[in-house]
Amino acid sequence: MHTGEGAPLERATVVMRNGLIEAVGPGAAIPAGAWVVEGAGLWVYPGLIDALSTWGIPPEPAPAPGPVPAPAPTPVGQPPVSAPPPAQGPEDRPQTTSWLHAADLVRPSDARIAAARSGGFTTAVVFPTAGIFAGQGAALNMAGERAGEMLVAGRTATYVSLATRGFTSFPGSLMGAIAYVRQVYIDADFYQAEKKAYEANPRGRRRPDYDRALEGVLAAPRVLLPASRKTEIERMIRFAAELKRPAALYGGHEAYGAIEALRAAGLPVLLNLKWPEWNKDADPEVRDSLRTLEFRERAPGSAQALARAGVRFAFYSGGIDKPAEIRKAVKKAIDAGLSTADAIRALTLSAAEIHGFADRAGSIEPGKIANLVAADGDLFQEKTKIRYVFVDGVKYEPLEEASGAKEGQ
Amino acid sequence: MRLALLLAAPALAAAADTVIQNARILTVTKGRIDGSILIRGGKIAEVGEKVMVPQGAQIIDAGGQYVLPGIIDCHSHMAAEAINEGSVSVSSMVGIEDVIDPEDVAIYRALAGGVTTANVLHGSANAIGGKCQVLKMRWGKDARGLAFEGAMPGIKFALGENPKRRGHQLSFGATALRYPATRMGVEDVIRQAFMEAKQYQARIGRGERVRRDLKLEPLVEVLEGKRLVHAHCYRSDEILMLLRLADEFGFKIRTLQHVLEGYKVAREIAAHGAGASTFSDWWSYKVEAFEATPYNAAILHRKGVLVSLNSDSDELVRHLNTEAAKTMKYGGLSEDEALAMVTINPARQLKVDSRVGSIEPGKDADLAIWDRHPLSNYARTQKVFIDGQIYFDRDKDISERSARQARRAALEEKQRAERKKSGGSPK
Repeated sequence: MHTGEGAPLERATVVMRNGLIEAVGPGAAIPAGAWVVEGAGLWVYPGLIDALSTWGIPPEPAPAPGPVPAPAPTPVGQPPVSAPPPAQGPEDRPQTTSWLHAADLVRPSDARIAAARSGGFTTAVVFPTAGIFAGQGAALNMAGERAGEMLVAGRTATYVSLATRGFTSFPGSLMGAIAYVRQVYIDADFYQAEKKAYEANPRGRRRPDYDRALEGVLAAPRVLLPASRKTEIERMIRFAAELKRPAALYGGHEAYGAIEALRAAGLPVLLNLKWPEWNKDADPEVRDSLRTLEFRERAPGSAQALARAGVRFAFYSGGIDKPAEIRKAVKKAIDAGLSTADAIRALTLSAAEIHGFADRAGSIEPGKIANLVAADGDLFQEKTKIRYVFVDGVKYEPLEEASGAKEGQ
Repeated sequence: MRLALLLAAPALAAAADTVIQNARILTVTKGRIDGSILIRGGKIAEVGEKVMVPQGAQIIDAGGQYVLPGIIDCHSHMAAEAINEGSVSVSSMVGIEDVIDPEDVAIYRALAGGVTTANVLHGSANAIGGKCQVLKMRWGKDARGLAFEGAMPGIKFALGENPKRRGHQLSFGATALRYPATRMGVEDVIRQAFMEAKQYQARIGRGERVRRDLKLEPLVEVLEGKRLVHAHCYRSDEILMLLRLADEFGFKIRTLQHVLEGYKVAREIAAHGAGASTFSDWWSYKVEAFEATPYNAAILHRKGVLVSLNSDSDELVRHLNTEAAKTMKYGGLSEDEALAMVTINPARQLKVDSRVGSIEPGKDADLAIWDRHPLSNYARTQKVFIDGQIYFDRDKDISERSARQARRAALEEKQRAERKKSGGSPK
């Protein structure tokens, strides 16, 4: 049994009651009347955590195939309904939905929840991801009849991307997006101070305007910043220091090349398991540059480099929806030098620590939420099959991937 | 601590000292000296027919070749992951310093052309563009390591066709058209922005609690003389408009960029004190660039304007030395005047001339060894130094090529095999 930290325990027992772990260890007493699951030959791990995910928030429905119906003619005398006008600056709060909270968006019927659970993932830190300030994440257990029972920890972080939409609406460039994020955090601090001063003594003061974008930004305790290449990592380390807020980087593929800067900054890294791949659509006549080839070659080694440097990091699925593929991607990091223990930690306890809910989940410890996964061998060997997954102490048997068979409980 | 210093001191001195001997030194400001240069602590310590040769110094025999100060490009867009924030007509909240890409190979290629400093500008899509960043071509350093420490910050303005381009009619019928659409409108946009900046400055001056405005802050710095304005322009009428508008608000235009009709209003430019950073012989690529002449640089220079020749291009930056040579053909400038167009003059325009731009004791050891006179179009750099460190070495580059090619072929082979194994295309 890998409890999440330290050497694995042999012949161990874990006692769960009311969805919580009650006792762990080789000598843990089995209470009378307990339902006993025989563990001989089983390898038990803490439930896996996807540290940055969209599982549970169904993607926007794709437009129906076929010809696009012509829009209804606008009645005479009425202005045409159109897309929002282009943003004219930071004050328009473009691409911002910072008030959205993943816990409010989750749909328990999302098929990816059962698929994730079958693959050993008991928890995912789920984010809205559209826009620059997309919204706030929530740690959700991957089982539940209703959204409300899935929540493990809310408002873990604000998800920031530096996405731009075209040239004509602010921000129309990477530097515009960075300037926008900078201005929003300046505004948030000013807003907070103004509100405080007003609440203390409203008489004779003009009331500050309500700003839901800033309310949303202020609601989460940390910010996730995108940084995959070395240059981006160095850039976002400087940016996080400038924002003066707890931050974590996500991406991390070229962390192997920026390890000194990461160590010095002490920022945690969410490492994307979707390793850089050869582009199938690339012109076959064009040879990849040495830099591209090196990047592809060395990216999975970033995990080991982070572990060796003592930089806290956790893995995330990066859009890989099949859990078996996720474990294969972890195996690549292990093949590049990462120890199994560090791999497990990066899929469990480290994710909980980075998102601030390690007090309740992420390892097999008495008092924590009873999220476990039991397999018939080493989790990262291809032939290994997951036998049971426990979420909140409830036992699930995995679906066959792709078969879509109903699970037994 | 003291012990460590004592132990380290001799080793440091030896590593920091370099002597370039047997060189034809084109100082640009002090004529040609046939002799040696002593580099100590990244600075030029001595220049002369004979210089002190400290014990343990690294000796580089130039073998009678030429040494020129590092070339300075006053208008570049290299090493930036974004150039234009063209969504708005005033985008002074954005800055090139946020998007420097230190891995852009253009840096290395510029080095190979003897360039050691470049002013990386925001594009010309809007009337008031973004903040600029002066870089040294310290290939291999991170973004912060490239920044020319202590160089005054700048900002890009643009006049004429580009900033008055109104954007595109969106397909769904909405108007995403940007103000302005005329040259009059460009003037109005700049005036409005500075009126706003003055109000902001006044509110701060009165001690009011003010929300920090990243758009107005750089404009206040312009008003206070703390940020240099580099203005893209072509026509004489718009040049006069901008100089008068700056006079009205009491700030200076540091350089007029492109300024192809500058020769028509050279006296007015000189009177304002603006520099001109132009092309050698490049014009007619757009209507507003029709009335141009390759004599522009020489005419402006003779009328008392501080003139530099720039690249605006990752290709042209590799041979700014031959661009400078063209002013000898068109306008009959002397060798030193021609070389100044790409060394000390742009250094003055960027206000970094106390550090770079000529070979003089006390300046940064930013220089290049050329195999022929750098005004010859057969000349090639051999070694390029920044802060006394070699950042380009032709022999080293050539000797490393085979190892790089072998590594590339090996990785290609390995990844092709992996693709095959995972069922991808064998190609």
